[in-house]
Amino acid sequence: MHEYSIVAALVDRVAREAGPRHAHVQRLAVTIGELAGVDVPLLQTAYDTFRAGTVCADAELTIRQVAAEWRCPGCDTALARGAPLRCATCGRPARLTAGDEIILERIEMEVPDV
Amino acid sequence: MCSDCGCGDPDVVPLEVQERILSDNDRTAAHNRAHFVEAGVLAINLMGSPGAGKTAVLEATARAAAGRLHLGAVSGDLATDNDARRLTAAGVPSASITTGSACHLDARLVHHALHDVAWRELDVFFIENVGNLVCPAVYDLGQAFNVVALSVTEGEDKPIKYPVMFRKADLVLLTKVDLLPYLGVSVAAIEDGLARVMPEPRMIQVSARTGEGIDAWLRWLEERRPPRPAAGARGHDHDHGHGHGHGHGHGHDHGHDHDHDHDHDHRREPGHHHHHHHHAGGHDHDG
Repeated sequence: MHEYSIVAALVDRVAREAGPRHAHVQRLAVTIGELAGVDVPLLQTAYDTFRAGTVCADAELTIRQVAAEWRCPGCDTALARGAPLRCATCGRPARLTAGDEIILERIEMEVPDV
Repeated sequence: MCSDCGCGDPDVVPLEVQERILSDNDRTAAHNRAHFVEAGVLAINLMGSPGAGKTAVLEATARAAAGRLHLGAVSGDLATDNDARRLTAAGVPSASITTGSACHLDARLVHHALHDVAWRELDVFFIENVGNLVCPAVYDLGQAFNVVALSVTEGEDKPIKYPVMFRKADLVLLTKVDLLPYLGVSVAAIEDGLARVMPEPRMIQVSARTGEGIDAWLRWLEERRPPRPAAGARGHDHDHGHGHGHGHGHGHDHGHDHDHDHDHDHRREPGHHHHHHHHAGGHDHDG
């Protein structure tokens, strides 16, 4: 259930941007990789539970999911899902090239005219 | 104001952040790591299921390392300090981090716990995480290596069921191998699973009960110990805490309360989290 602590970190981060601008936050875009260790439905639930009374109260959360991708660092061959993580051609240990993201991509907010 | 039509609506501003959501934790972890590196202490984040044998392995490690290595630990536990008391009794001075409902340790909890252990004098500092194969994998604590304890009673498919945890492991300790004769468990099947989730799988079979494999585990640790700091650079009696030696000269309060949220200090230091070596290097500015 660390999704709640991830939401807490997310809301803190957004508050640091929105607070000083007196902004009204409308939408957040985050990216979660398959191997990030974050359960996406649980993250959404945690966000919906947690956002009340915060700067994110009215902000829709958009979650983009990224599949895990392992490649050989030598020949760049992508490994089949579930295969041993060693290149069948070069024998080198594979490298994770996508799928461990826990990223806040973008905050969309209304900034009052000053 | 909306500049297109003059309607008077406020502008919607998209702010590209593109930052890890856990970047505050990452910064605190980098701070912890810099401390460990500077002091020449090997910090190990020991993870595994509840009952995998994390504490028992550390007890056996203490028996085998007596007179060879100075060991210490902090133990994360939801509700009790039983593990820390067991470790202290075994000769591993330990503090407890009671997490309440939190299912994992984070870098800040570890940092606070450093005030309760004479960690600078240690050769190896174990951070025994909360028993859990999911959440602890997500949080960097500042360790040099992640070690995952997996007991032979947990089932051969644990690695492929928990790929996030095992991907992060630098070493898997297969524990309770003295039970193998009584179980229908195939070590080869466990190794096959690990090869599908760890790019460079390393596994040592151990039994805390018989002592099997503990020497190989000790060798693994000894081979990874960081260089000791030069004589004189170590053991000076400064408070390890917040604010010292960050290489900036604005002289903020070194004697302040340890319980404040020091993350703010880090935010005032652009680039600090990417340059923790300079943190170690800038250590002497306040003598």
